[in-house]
Order: sequence, then C-alpha cells, then structure tokens
Amino acid sequence: MNIRTLMNIRKIDFANMTPVIVLVLLCIIMSFLSPVFFSYANFVNVLQQVTVNAVLALGMSVVIFTGGIDLSVGAVLALSGIVLGTMTVNIGVSPVISSICAIFVGAIAGLTSGLLVSKFRLQPMIATLGIMSIARGAALTIAGGRTITGYSRGFRWIGSGSIPGTEIPVQIVFMLLLYLLMFYLLKYRKVGRYIYSIGGNEEATRLSGISITQYKTIAYVISGIMASIDSIILVSKLNSAQSIAGEGYELDAIASSVIGGASLLGGFGSVWGTLLGAIIMGVIRNGLNLMNISSNLQRLIIGVIILAAVLLDTLRNRIKQ
Amino acid sequence: MTDNFILQMNDITVQFPGVLALDRVRFDLKPGEVHVLLGENGAGKSTIMKVLAGVNTVYEGKIIYKGKEITARNIQEQRERGISIIFQEMNLLKNLTVAENIFLGRQPLNSIGNIDWKKMYHDARTLLNSIDSDIPENALISSLSVGQMQMVEIAKAISFKSDAIIMDEPTSALTAKEVDSLFRLINKLKTEKVAIIYISHRLEEILEIGDRITVFRDGKYIETVKAEDTTIDKLIKLMVGRDLSEQYPRVKCSPGEKLLEVKNLTKGKHLKDISFFVRQGEIVGFYGLMGSGRTETMRVIFGADSYNSGEILILGQSVKIKNCKDAKKNKIALLNEDRKNHGLILAFSVKENIVLANLDSVMGPMGLNFTKEEIISNNLSNIMSIKTPSMKQKVNFLSGGNQQKVVIAKWLNSDSDIIIFDEPTRGIDVGAKVEIYKIMNKLKGEGKAIIMVSSELPETLGVADRIYVMHEGRITKCFSENIGLTEDEVMKFATGITTEVL
Ligand SMILES: Nc1ncnc2c1ncn2[C@@H]1O[C@H](COP(=O)(O)OP(=O)(O)OP(=O)(O)O)[C@@H](O)[C@H]1O
Ligand SMILES: [Mg+2]
Repeated sequence: MNIRTLMNIRKIDFANMTPVIVLVLLCIIMSFLSPVFFSYANFVNVLQQVTVNAVLALGMSVVIFTGGIDLSVGAVLALSGIVLGTMTVNIGVSPVISSICAIFVGAIAGLTSGLLVSKFRLQPMIATLGIMSIARGAALTIAGGRTITGYSRGFRWIGSGSIPGTEIPVQIVFMLLLYLLMFYLLKYRKVGRYIYSIGGNEEATRLSGISITQYKTIAYVISGIMASIDSIILVSKLNSAQSIAGEGYELDAIASSVIGGASLLGGFGSVWGTLLGAIIMGVIRNGLNLMNISSNLQRLIIGVIILAAVLLDTLRNRIKQ
Repeated sequence: MTDNFILQMNDITVQFPGVLALDRVRFDLKPGEVHVLLGENGAGKSTIMKVLAGVNTVYEGKIIYKGKEITARNIQEQRERGISIIFQEMNLLKNLTVAENIFLGRQPLNSIGNIDWKKMYHDARTLLNSIDSDIPENALISSLSVGQMQMVEIAKAISFKSDAIIMDEPTSALTAKEVDSLFRLINKLKTEKVAIIYISHRLEEILEIGDRITVFRDGKYIETVKAEDTTIDKLIKLMVGRDLSEQYPRVKCSPGEKLLEVKNLTKGKHLKDISFFVRQGEIVGFYGLMGSGRTETMRVIFGADSYNSGEILILGQSVKIKNCKDAKKNKIALLNEDRKNHGLILAFSVKENIVLANLDSVMGPMGLNFTKEEIISNNLSNIMSIKTPSMKQKVNFLSGGNQQKVVIAKWLNSDSDIIIFDEPTRGIDVGAKVEIYKIMNKLKGEGKAIIMVSSELPETLGVADRIYVMHEGRITKCFSENIGLTEDEVMKFATGITTEVL
C-alpha cells in the first residue's frame, strides 16, 4: 500500500519533470555525439538560436492555455518585420517609432483573430489560418521578394550585441524579461487566472460572470504582440527584414509549448515549460547541425519530433480521462 | 451461505495520495435485492463502486462474484461479467444524441455492417418508454437538464442486461414523478433477480426502495441493517455518529423591499409570462417537475440565456442583463445545477475554484495574494466542511458532494445580494444539508434575497418562506405563506391538474 502511494506521488512529479529530464538526457547524448557540444560557447550559441522561437512560443502558449491555437504567428512576425524595415530603412523613421508601429500591427492581427474566435465563434485553426494568409500576403505586397537591410548599430545591438561589460547577449536577456513578464501576468493577474480557467472549462467560466470574449481576445492579442516583438529581435539579429521570414515557425512554437507540458485542450501548462520546450527544440537543431545533417533531412526529423510531441499530448489527455 | 450471494467484497482498501478512501471495508449483494450504501460525503461510497465497476483498478482486497474470485481490471470486462454502473458524475458525450450515447460503442449494425440508425433510434425509444421517459431519443445531450441526463444514464445502464446494477445517486436531480418511474423499474428488475446497489442521500427514498442498508463512515464499514428494522433517525446516527437536531432549521425574518422583480418574462416555448418577486430577507422556493422551466428562468435572470420579452427589476429599477457579467455587476449569483459542466473548473484546485467568481477578494497591491486566497478558501471550506486533504487538491479528486460544497463556497465568496441556488443540496449528505440551510438562513438574516430551486418537495416545504410552483413554462401558483402546506397541495399545481391564473 505505502509503496503504491509513493509510486503515485512519483508519477505525478515525473509528469511535471518530463521536459527537464528530456533536456538532461538530450544534453548527455549530444555530449557523446559531439565533443564541442558541452562548452560555454556552444551553450550561449544554442540559447541565441532559441530566442526567436522561444518568444513566439511564449505568445502561442498563452493562446494554447485557453484551448485555442494561433497559426498566424509566423506570418505576423514577417509582416511586422516588413513594416519595421520599410519604416526605418525606406522612409527613415526612427527605429523606436517603427518598432512601436510593428507591435501595433501585431496587436491588430491578434485582435482580429481574437474577435473572430471569441465573438464570431470561428474555429481558432480556421480564423488564424485566414489571418496567416492575410499577413503573409500583406508582407509580400509591401515588400515583394526584397530584403530590406541596413539598420543603425544601436538597433542591431538588440539582436546581436551583448550587455555592456559582460558577454551576455542582449537578446537572451530580452527574452527572459518577456518570460518573466508573462509569468507574472499569468500567475499574479486576473487575466492569467481567467486564461487558464477558460481553457479548463469555458462554460463554467462564463457562468462565473467572466467575459469570455474579452479574455480570449486578450490571449490572441498577446500572441500577436509577442510575434511582432519577435520580429524586432529577428530583424535586428539578421540585419534584414524579409517577407518570407518566419515560414513554418508556428509549428516550432506549438511544439515547444506542447513539449513543455501544455495541453492542446487548454487549461494546463506553464511558461517555464514552454521555455524548456523551446530549448529542447534548440538543442535538437544544434545537435543535428553539429552532426552535419542536411537542412532538408533536419526538416523531416523535426516534423517527426513535432508529431511525436502532439501524439504524446493526446495520449496524456486520454490517460487523464 | 456463499451460495446466497452474487457478490462479496472483503477487506477492500483504496489509498489515494493523502487520503485513505477505503479501509478494509466489506460489501455484499444477493440476487434480486436492493442493497443501499449509505454514508456522508467522502465516506467512500463511490470509490468502492468504482472498484467493482472496474474503474478504480488500484485496490487491495478480495472480490468474489458468482462464486469465483475475480480481479476488477476494466469496465468492459466487468460489464461482460454482468455488472453495470450509473456514475454519480454523468459521463455522457454532450455533442451526441441520446440514442448515440445509450448505444455508444455497440451500435446495432445492418446486414452490410453499417450502423443501423433506424433500429438504434427505435431501440432507444423503447428503452426510454420502459422507464416512462418522454425525452426525445434524438435530442442532443447538451440540450438536456441534469435530471434528464440522469434518466438517460439509467436507460443506458439497464440496456446492458446486467445481473447487478450500481446506481450512484441516480435520483439526485429527479423530481417525484421520475423517482416513481425509477422505483417501478427497480421493482421489475428485482422480480427478474437483478441485484441493485443503490446510493442516495435522500433517506425517505432509501427506506422505501431498500432491502438492506450498509453504512460507511470515513472509509470504514460501520454496519448493515435491514430496512424494515430501522428508521431515518437511526440511519442518521449510524452515518454521522451522532443525533441530528432538526432537519429543517427555521429562522423568522420580516422581509424588506422587493429586491428582484421579474415581469412577464417570455422565452420562446419554454417560458411563458413569468412574473414573480423576491424580497430582502426571504427565501423563495421554486418547485416544479422536470422540464417545468425553473432552471431556464434562473438562467435568463442570470444572463446565461437570452429572452424574448419581459422586464427584470432590481429595487424597482429596470435593469438590462445581457450576460452573466452584467448579472454579477447587479450582485446576482447563480449556483448552477450542473456542477461538472457549469460549476467547476475540474483542473483547478479547491481554492482556485472558490475564489474564481470574485478574484477581487484576493487582490493585493502586487496582484493576486496567495496568502489571502488560502485564508479565504480555508475559511469557507471550514464553514462548508469540505473534505479535502488540502486547499491545493484538484476538485476533480473530491467526492461528488464535496464538489457541490465547493460550488456553494464559490458563490458565498461572491458578495452578492440576490443568490439563486439551483439544486443546492444535490448529492449532499443529511448533516451537511442542515449546514447549508443554516447558511441560507444566515444570508436571509443579512437581508439578502434568496431563491431556491429544488426537486425535493420536503426540502422546498422545509426551507422556503414562499413558494412558486411551475408547470410547463408557466407559474401556476404562488403560495405566499408556507404554513401548514402539504405535499399534495403543491403537487397538484406542479402536475398541472390545477391551475390558478395569477
Ligand atoms: N481520484 C482520487 N484522488 C484522490 N482522492 C480521491 C479520489 N477519488 C476520491 N478521493 C477521495 O476519497 C474519499 C472518498 O470519496 P468518494 O467519492 O468515494 O465519496 P462518496 O462517499 O461517494 O461521497 P459523496 O456522497 O460526496 O459522493 C474522498 O475523501 C475523496 O476526496
Ligand atoms: Mg459519491
């Protein structure tokens, strides 16, 4: 009897610890496969490669916690980047004002998705697929296939500089700040509590006198804003804005969230899980690179991993029932 | 001796993290008898039945069924052995029809192997008719009331042709009429030598239908008695370990102003010209049979559903209530009848559920204050005597009655002036019921306006100051004084035999 109880407790802990364990195992395997893997330089390298996906996944997670999904994040990232690039480089507006405009674009995209889902009751998948197409189309219409390049040093500092007097990349600090902010919102503000409760039981939440329209919409707005903040990091990092940027990124974001323990049915998950999920994805990509696996084959492997993660999620839900 | 029993469960122990739910208990069953299992909320009744039904597979102890020792491994296998169960928390799929739910996973097939829809709907109709239910076989589950869902569960359970049927609180949301049909059905099953395990908190019912009664307390076996040798008072004493003072404590209050008034509310075919009022410091009871429109009326007032015409006034002022948020702003609370789908976030902890409808009560300068949350929920949990290992426990793991208490606690925390209780004591044990009545009386004393919708007539008569009776979407009677009223008098208006134009 006591042993059984102990096992029960272990099982619960194990479920929450899965991403950590996976990450540790992955690191051990990678260290064996590649001698350069386990070094400070490579560690920072991985984190730097992770930031863009991690920030996108952060916004995605908030939507997933409500039981929705946002397929438009990659396209919104591209559109915001194009707006940012066009304004700074082609028109000559200050990067700060352009960035604010880019974020505004992301917020509008999120607001539209949010209202379509909450007020007009469209399936999240369909609504955000539409927004994805619109955003991508808009980006291509504005910039065509051009690469908009040539930004000030100050602006590029965000994506490629380090904190003065240290070697810590700014983008990592930036990402962590966003995670901290979102952690605070989700855990300590009403909006966070409502986001989880909508994901847990939408009808019961509504009947508790909480506006579903309002809080679901907020979740999508957060996702849109995260995508556009992400575009600032990406443009600054690559020193270029492209209308084809971020293609397929939504899948990585979803995968990070699910690997991190979020349930696609909503109601479960944490931002730290998502961060771990994003790092796991990064370590896998890094490993594949170190092993000189071609980018085409990498795509295939990542696809398999994403499916496996989602499959795991469905299994998890079935066991819970 | 053993030959007499179809089932013997011995030394059954079930341990959950932090809770010893069953401690070496026993239970047995003879063919053709109704064996009642009785106990307070969280006593372990559902747990032992889930063991028997093959849902709870982690247990210790011995189960002898039809003379052989068996291990209960899963529902399917137990069903094939002839044991079926009506779960306390309904398990119907909301987006399927009644018939699809009844025959889920075993739909009748036609000669080429496709589902024979016609036969399925026909069989479902026959089944529903056999329990005197007029629920349409092609209705979606999501459109049914909790009581109707219970009828569907009953139909489903008897369709398995079992030797033993477990009924875990089958009547908690049924009105007298459906309870009668169910009892007729049970008596018929008894003559066919089917054994019934019956769990209920309605003690009158238990003495009426039960042959033997076994009592559990805190996960322990207490005693088994014959129904004819016992009384309600004796049973209560066995259950709670002490005498209960009064079942329906009463408090006198002089009612104040009309806090809520509803005028000529009409909603499609469901609600016709509903007018009533509730004053400060009174408890108004709503009685009616299943489908009479009580829950619909309350949902409209709370903004959960829309309405065609009519007026809602608060303190004489006409108000617009378009959604539940508006209702909450007007200090209206609605405690829903369907706790699982409409009342609780099952994945949330006890404390998170308790504070959900009023997060302002736990807001500090830096955001949600978890200490406050713990204190408030602990406090309400004590008042409601919620049985849980901690405030952090997910409500999903609480017993049915304790989940119900969490819903009540949630609305007590909402600081409302007009409180609508829709089946507040559904699934709650006798002792705790009295506590809830006391809380309602206390709220009444504070000058709140209370509405209580109940399917239990004795409860309505015992608690309410005034009573409205509904029948087929209309208010057929208002008893403006609840003195010396008899069940028959009220029933006449509920069944539509007598109508009074108001
Ligand atoms: N899955 C679970 N995990 C943890 N604890 C559980 C679980 N299921 C039940 N319990 C606990 O076991 C105890 C017995 O629960 P059970 O549901 O059997 O009570 P019950 O007698 O059916 O009560 P009620 O009259 O309220 O339905 C309760 O304290 C409950 O909290
Ligand atoms: Mg129970």
